[in-house]
Amino acid sequence: MSTAITASARRHERPTASWRLTDRLGLGLAWLLGLLFCAIAGAIVVFFLIEGVRYLRPALLVTNPVAGVSQGETGGFLDPLLGTVIIGAMAMAIAIPVGVAIAVWLSEFGRPTLMARVAESAIEMMAGEPAVVLALFGLTLFELPALGFLSQTSHGVVLGQSFFAAAALLSLVGLPLVVASTREGLQAIPAHVREASYALGKTKIATTRRVLLPAARPSVITGSMLGLGRVIGDTAIVLLLLGGTLTFQPANSTPVLGVLRGTGDTLTGYMYYNSPAGDGNSHSKAYAAAFVLMLIVLALNLGVDVVVRRSRRAVRWS
Amino acid sequence: MELRKPPPVRRLTGYEVPSSPPSNGNGLHAAAGFRLPARLGAPSMVAIDRMQVEELSVSYGHKPAVQSVSLPIRQGEVLALIGPSGCGKTTLLRSLNRLTELTRGASLRGRITLDDVDVAHMDATALRRRVTMVFQQPNPFPMSVFDNVAYVLREQASRRPRRAAVQGAVHEALARAGLLDEMAGSLDHPALRLSGGQQQRLCIARALAANPQVLLLDEPCSALDPVSTRLIEELIAKLREDVAVVIVTHNLQQAYRVADYVAFMYLGELVEYGSAHKMFGSPREQRTKEYIGGAFG
Amino acid sequence: MDEDDLLEPDRSTAQDRRAELSLGALVFAVLALLLAMFAFVLHEGWPSFAHNGLGWFGGGGSVDQQIQAIFTSGDLKTTPVYTFHAWPLIWGTILITAGAVVIAFVSSLFVAVFLVEFSPEWLRRMLDPVVRLLASVPSIVYGLAGVLVIVPLIGNHLITETEKASVTPAIQLSGASVLAAVLILTVMIAPIMIAVFADGLRAVPRGWLEGSLALGINPWRTFWKVGVRTARPALIAGTVLATARALGEAIMLSLVSGGVPFAPNPADGFPIFLFEPTQTLAATIIRNGDQLDSPPMKHTLYAIAAVLLFSAAMLSLIGWAAKQPMRRYGVVA
Ligand SMILES: Nc1ncnc2c1ncn2[C@@H]1O[C@H](COP(=O)(O)OP(=O)(O)OP(=O)(O)O)[C@@H](O)[C@H]1O
Ligand SMILES: [Mg+2]
Repeated sequence: MSTAITASARRHERPTASWRLTDRLGLGLAWLLGLLFCAIAGAIVVFFLIEGVRYLRPALLVTNPVAGVSQGETGGFLDPLLGTVIIGAMAMAIAIPVGVAIAVWLSEFGRPTLMARVAESAIEMMAGEPAVVLALFGLTLFELPALGFLSQTSHGVVLGQSFFAAAALLSLVGLPLVVASTREGLQAIPAHVREASYALGKTKIATTRRVLLPAARPSVITGSMLGLGRVIGDTAIVLLLLGGTLTFQPANSTPVLGVLRGTGDTLTGYMYYNSPAGDGNSHSKAYAAAFVLMLIVLALNLGVDVVVRRSRRAVRWS
Repeated sequence: MELRKPPPVRRLTGYEVPSSPPSNGNGLHAAAGFRLPARLGAPSMVAIDRMQVEELSVSYGHKPAVQSVSLPIRQGEVLALIGPSGCGKTTLLRSLNRLTELTRGASLRGRITLDDVDVAHMDATALRRRVTMVFQQPNPFPMSVFDNVAYVLREQASRRPRRAAVQGAVHEALARAGLLDEMAGSLDHPALRLSGGQQQRLCIARALAANPQVLLLDEPCSALDPVSTRLIEELIAKLREDVAVVIVTHNLQQAYRVADYVAFMYLGELVEYGSAHKMFGSPREQRTKEYIGGAFG
Repeated sequence: MDEDDLLEPDRSTAQDRRAELSLGALVFAVLALLLAMFAFVLHEGWPSFAHNGLGWFGGGGSVDQQIQAIFTSGDLKTTPVYTFHAWPLIWGTILITAGAVVIAFVSSLFVAVFLVEFSPEWLRRMLDPVVRLLASVPSIVYGLAGVLVIVPLIGNHLITETEKASVTPAIQLSGASVLAAVLILTVMIAPIMIAVFADGLRAVPRGWLEGSLALGINPWRTFWKVGVRTARPALIAGTVLATARALGEAIMLSLVSGGVPFAPNPADGFPIFLFEPTQTLAATIIRNGDQLDSPPMKHTLYAIAAVLLFSAAMLSLIGWAAKQPMRRYGVVA
């Protein structure tokens, strides 16, 4: 636990009197910017809280968007909300296993070294890859006739937009966060834990599955929640690959698969639709959706907090 | 540094500790039967009261670490703090230059003065400029050897001096800590890649470069070989004329060699305080006797 | 000894080997996918680069008209038109990204130092979760606040009528501008930087800070010279991450920067040029993302994507290179 090095219980002289001018200016600037940051952060939080409470109605959560002229007619955002949930679940269903596998390989195997180095920097770079580029690539990829079964085909042309396509590309957005966090968790486990398990004659992979991964579970969960936060916050991939069609447009009448092969929308897409740049252009709806989205992100953050705190309280390696 | 009124000077007229222990031919102390090593250097004839610790108690949360300790710290006489592990030596040392304030939950009662000014009323930075500390764990900064020593010269100055301007002082500090010859030519070596003992001497050099009035040494020789230990001890003997030195050590022979006064602490209490001669010769307290007896017996 | 015991190590190493191979294959597959994406993006973008040469990065003509011509030429099945001079987009991207990153870096550094070391305990407790929340707020949310609050504010109160009139024939100053984009982008990436910086600063060993304080160096100087210095790798990592986000941000910037592919001209005078609208590279892709069925359009968009991808790669390379000299003195975070 860290303590401020300036914390002083008993101070009678003016503490900075003997400091260099630049030091006093620096400290003053830190206070100024720190308080400014507090003000801005507070303003943002309060702003969205007020707008959200003002515009969010329970009815918005259970009705679907419809085309309409007046505010009362355009409905709510049930489908986008469900879309956010679906897309988040699908993307993480890919990102978590793959991310954990990559992290395990990097931290437990990692040979040949050259490949490990390359993989490390590639994953790091992936975190900085623009989502638009992924979206563009995904659009071309899923337009391939061979992948037509994942989206819908009209007049022999594969559309390339579907929940499958969007989730596949969004999983790449969440992946680096899962890998980084899991890897950190695995590396924090001291070597003697592994050695103890090997000494019992367990294989490396059994050790990983039975000992290391359970121990690193808080890190996996943390990484997954952070990744999920990025995934549901993305707009570019949703607009290009999910279609941004406001409601589910199933590819056919098959119950679940039809929806997943079809297009839809998420809260971010809905917000874009209702921003001045979109066709809906209704700021009350946009604020309401933003509020809901921020609540989800807040919940994810609190979840991370709880997981981290619990793991701190649990076994400490020493 | 501003001029202050000169500290009280005490002439040590009746001071008659011999420079080598009173011993019979085979080196055994006559009275206690302890084998006492030779002491380093003659004691200074002038002792100046620098710091006074009065009824100092420090606790971490509800756990007391130091309990109503009172003792003087004088320039001209080296003070050694001895005692078993965990008895509060480091805590006492850290409260002398208000480093305990940095520990969350640490609370302090009592009074510490430096030249008759309560340290609590001083600016902490100004206080630490005059009372510097070498830590139990060597903590050189992640910079080169040269920059480590030059750091204090550069950052204490009102404007950053050039390398050439501090070179002399850096070399002198390194030489006094016995590191210059070893490091000659590789002063740009990263300090974190030195050996533990070298790091410790670097930290001592760093503290010397700060030119303090009171120097606090927390087990400065715990990672050193006999030769470097000897060097540091000689340095301390030389320093005591100009600097008030407090040294924490687990090595009782060392305490005897370098210290003029010894304070024995046990479970946070100051059990006994007296001249080295008396403490090692004929301690009053049973606990002191047992502790010291274990080492010399 | 029993046979089982003899067989055990064999079977277990075989198991391990299998696991290693399958995990390795997965990693390899992901790497291959990334590489394929790189190659594909470059390949698809190549016709646009080949046709324009270095002129692609230069200026000339209106980007809007060029895009229009490129798009229609694909539709009509005539000779495809490729002429494209992306300078206004590049300039807009540089201006907005650099502006936001510089402002955010300086202020985030001070805020992080304040947060970790100089703020009162209760404030730190309150702000830590807020920073993390703001760092994970979706960009579209910031975009919404920007376009509904900041843009009208700038348009109605900051820009004077004379300023509007001075550039009227060329463009309209509505408030959606470089300034709005820089402001909103700064607010968006600063929490990311603060979070990473603060983590790095917290990881600085207390012993180094105490060692400096014990030499009588004041707390500010101590934290600046030892703390911040030691945390430099974290500063680089945070800056690289935030810059990558800024570069790749599409929707939010297309909302607040005006979506007009215009190169803000510093010659128009100091405040005015900040009020001019522009469009970034990433925003161009998203605006025209529904026109991929026109082959020349597709190649042009992929060329833009290639530039973005290359910049992102260079960014992480620069970050890596900048950390290297710090290893020497043991500053590794
Ligand atoms: N930061 C702290 N928080 C809580 N308790 C502490 C802290 N530092 C020290 N203590 C406690 O205070 C007591 C005295 O510690 P201190 O470090 O002063 O001992 P010491 O005499 O220097 O021991 P050693 O010879 O091993 O260095 C110990 O019981 C220790 O557990
Ligand atoms: Mg100690």
